[in-house]
Amino acid sequence: MSEKTSRILSRGLLHTVIILIAVLWLIPTIGVLITSFRPAQDVANSGWWTVLGNMFDSARLTLRNYNMVLSRLGVGRAFLNSFIITIPATIIPLSIALLAAYALGWMKFFGHTFVFMALIALLVVPLQMTFIPVLRIFNKLGLAGSFPGIWLAHSGYGLPLAIYMLYNSISGLPKELFDSASIDGASSFHTFLYIVLPLSVPIVASLAIFQFLWVWNDLLVALIYLGGTPDVAPITVQISSLVGSYGQDWELLTAAVFISIVPSLIIFFSLQRYFVRGILAGSVKG
Amino acid sequence: MWPPEVATNPFPIHRKIKMYTKKSTPWLYLAPALTLLGFFLIYPSFHTLYLSFFDKGSNVFVGAGNYIYAFTNRVMLTAFRNNALWVVVFSAITVFLGLVLAVLLDRVRYEVIIKSIIFMPMAISFVGASVIWKFVYAFRPAGAPQIGILNALLQTFHLPPVAWLIERPWVNNLCLILVGIWVWTGFCLVVLSASYKSIPRQFLEAARVDGANEWRIFWRVILPLLVPTITVLTTTMAVFVLKVFDIIYVMTNGNFGTEVIANRMYKEMFQFGNFGRSSAIAVVLLVLVLPMMLLNLHRFKREEK
Amino acid sequence: MSKKLIFFLVSVLLAGLFCTAAFAGKTVTVLGTWGGAERDAFMKMVEPFEAATGIKVEFTGTRDLPTILTTRVAAGNPPDISGIPNPGQMQEFAEVGALVDLSEFMDIGKLQDEYSQTWIDLGSYGGKLYSIFISADLKSLVWYSPKAFSSAGYQIPQTWDELMTLSDKMVAQGKTPWSIGLESGAASGWPGTDWIEDIMLRTVKPEIYDKWVNHEIPWTDSAVKRAWEIFGDIARSDKYVYGGAATALTTNFGDAPNVLFTSPPRAYMHKQATFIKSFILNYDPTLKPGEDFSFFPFPSIDPEYGTPALGAADMFAVFNNTPEAQALMRYLATAGAQEIWVVQLGKLSANRRVNPSAYPDDLTREAAQILASAQTFRFDGSDLMPAAVGSGSFWSGILDYVGGEDLDSVLKRIEETAVDAYKK
Repeated sequence: MSEKTSRILSRGLLHTVIILIAVLWLIPTIGVLITSFRPAQDVANSGWWTVLGNMFDSARLTLRNYNMVLSRLGVGRAFLNSFIITIPATIIPLSIALLAAYALGWMKFFGHTFVFMALIALLVVPLQMTFIPVLRIFNKLGLAGSFPGIWLAHSGYGLPLAIYMLYNSISGLPKELFDSASIDGASSFHTFLYIVLPLSVPIVASLAIFQFLWVWNDLLVALIYLGGTPDVAPITVQISSLVGSYGQDWELLTAAVFISIVPSLIIFFSLQRYFVRGILAGSVKG
Repeated sequence: MWPPEVATNPFPIHRKIKMYTKKSTPWLYLAPALTLLGFFLIYPSFHTLYLSFFDKGSNVFVGAGNYIYAFTNRVMLTAFRNNALWVVVFSAITVFLGLVLAVLLDRVRYEVIIKSIIFMPMAISFVGASVIWKFVYAFRPAGAPQIGILNALLQTFHLPPVAWLIERPWVNNLCLILVGIWVWTGFCLVVLSASYKSIPRQFLEAARVDGANEWRIFWRVILPLLVPTITVLTTTMAVFVLKVFDIIYVMTNGNFGTEVIANRMYKEMFQFGNFGRSSAIAVVLLVLVLPMMLLNLHRFKREEK
Repeated sequence: MSKKLIFFLVSVLLAGLFCTAAFAGKTVTVLGTWGGAERDAFMKMVEPFEAATGIKVEFTGTRDLPTILTTRVAAGNPPDISGIPNPGQMQEFAEVGALVDLSEFMDIGKLQDEYSQTWIDLGSYGGKLYSIFISADLKSLVWYSPKAFSSAGYQIPQTWDELMTLSDKMVAQGKTPWSIGLESGAASGWPGTDWIEDIMLRTVKPEIYDKWVNHEIPWTDSAVKRAWEIFGDIARSDKYVYGGAATALTTNFGDAPNVLFTSPPRAYMHKQATFIKSFILNYDPTLKPGEDFSFFPFPSIDPEYGTPALGAADMFAVFNNTPEAQALMRYLATAGAQEIWVVQLGKLSANRRVNPSAYPDDLTREAAQILASAQTFRFDGSDLMPAAVGSGSFWSGILDYVGGEDLDSVLKRIEETAVDAYKK
């Protein structure tokens, strides 16, 4: 076998493996995407893939679920609320975590190991256990039912993971950078701003996506700290109120999933460019 | 070219020189984080610890009673077994798949599309995910048209349908873990991919010029550089999965031998109103994270030297 | 680019603070489990109230109600008025002093006139009235397709023997009598508890049923055991139940009646409460109540106990004693309000003064009639038990038993949790 054919073969294998995994990953979602266009009776009587055989039989497809969701939700207000909650609840914890991770990664201080260990322990604290004591204090401070309250709550809950992951990335930066900075007489904050921050862009971008998603998809924290009245309720709360107390109309969820997923995908695609190779190397040279 | 020592030493545990600053400076950087953590996580944890020694309504001191329940109750024992299964299978597969995909996808032009596909489940709320998987695991008796894709596949091969979510103990638990893997591999992929792409291209080029094949480059250059990220991810996945809750809650609610610790805690608290027991179970979760902490402590100390 | 971004972020921040500040006016906050059409019906019900009083009703509907309510009550931040999942839960809230005594601002004489003593008793704890019922569901019904029955020549069974004879006849003809669906997400198993309760009411005196609910007889008692065995004779039998136990365990209760309306029918009978009508119509909106689907009372077993009615209901309680909450609560108790609610949803009313002509169809009227005229009425037992049993080990016990586990060990396990949960 010549080198060329073996290379073509291995490329072919690469593409096959990747596409196979992608297809497997997509099948469950495609199933629900198709289901979201089907009448309830069909859903109960035949598999979603049976639609594929007669794609153009319009009688078997309907926009009913989407119409119902859009008309019942008050989508505009709910989307706005979700953004009002999500954006600060993403930016605040990441900024705070960057500062903390920098201190943990590059500064010497007493109690260093203890702080780090505590952080890992905090990763496992189940959120549900924190609701009652926190809400009690929120009442006293008048934070219950307010946006700043939920920003702080999501920030607190997101911090352990953010600090832990950022610590890993920041502490792995080459020490020469810090040496030369300190020789140049740069202050610790200067070093943070001009070395740590630019070099952390890829990891911050990926953490930003995940924090955004958690907050965007959160239902329980919003219901507890914010309540569910229409002027503050995010999209998840509105979606959950589409379904009846016995689970009636659950098929509306199939459509709701795809309506609420759109902003998340936009965020993912727009932050995608920060993952590109070379940012690290480039910024060092420049 | 930097960092020069990495090229010769594949295990980049270089000794760090820490910055010496004023005593108060580090605490200034840590203050906002510690305040929020203290308020939202540390204080409630102590509160939980306190409640765990009291009865249902937090009125009567019961000593270790709730802990005895947590370690002897039949359902709790099942939960411990299932959590162990989750930690091992889930963490290993998500991180492994994430790593393989991060490296493979770097070699194809349609990387962004595939990444988005793998990542998409993360963007779906768990209620949505439960609807999605309903159409994978749905069970109808033999002869009836199957609406779940797995049983439809079995049907085409003339095999009897399987009730995936009640077939205990392995089938249903693994089916639930599969849902978790489907959701979380995207996280591992994105983090590992970011880390992988931050490896300076010169390293790989230099190794290629030296005549190393891709396999060797992966083992000798890429993998060692990714070890810290892999450790962090494995820890994160293992810790997160210790408190896995939502998948179980919406799909089986712990019936048919699929109970997990966090779901039990949730039930005791919000359904049965037993604050003492649920607090004790939450404290047990905190204790279970110790091995993960020791693993990290080891690494942390090594970096500190 | 970055300027725009900063501008955007600042506006989001300001909008957030502004929205928070805009909270004002006379409002009453209500928490409930209702969503979708139920939520619309609730809003429709309170519309006249809002118009008449100028008080705004802020309704939040979520199926996570137990979690939200437990948390907010424990944290001292409850909604003004809340739906309560069941009387058992109400008692727990009353015990910790979270509820407002309704006699402080409601006319008890008028309530006693409009509601049967059963509802008043169920809404009371320790001699005080804490909650009112706005609607009820009748559970002791078997749904069937009149068309399928008549084309096969089946008669509606009046007694348990007739029911079993009919079932055997269906089996002999290669058909399946029952469709059962026990899956209900986090509440899986509950449909089976209705079976046990209805069978109990038909095999023992109502007083024994009450003793069982209050755990004055153990779960291992022969009366309880007999009810489970009668249930098991049907539910654990592959010939009586469509698809056998595996199908019963994995089928959502809402999908279970569907197989009655396929052609040919895959099953002929389905035991479920009145609310299942909305699921049947959602599955096939062309089906006509009374013609395509109907119900008959769950037949009597031991003739001396007749056909008692088992029911459940939607109840409200006040957590914050504000004038607005009082006004709304007084309104919700009226026949006028409940007429709007039951018309919208086809539920049964709790208030005696609700005009029967308000019901959307004869089938619902008939159910209301059965409920109102029942010799014996009992509330859903699992809703009255402590949650660790009533929505804990009883539910999972049903699943374990139908899944094939030995009855004695199932009952022994429920008994263990009951001994623990009833302890004061």
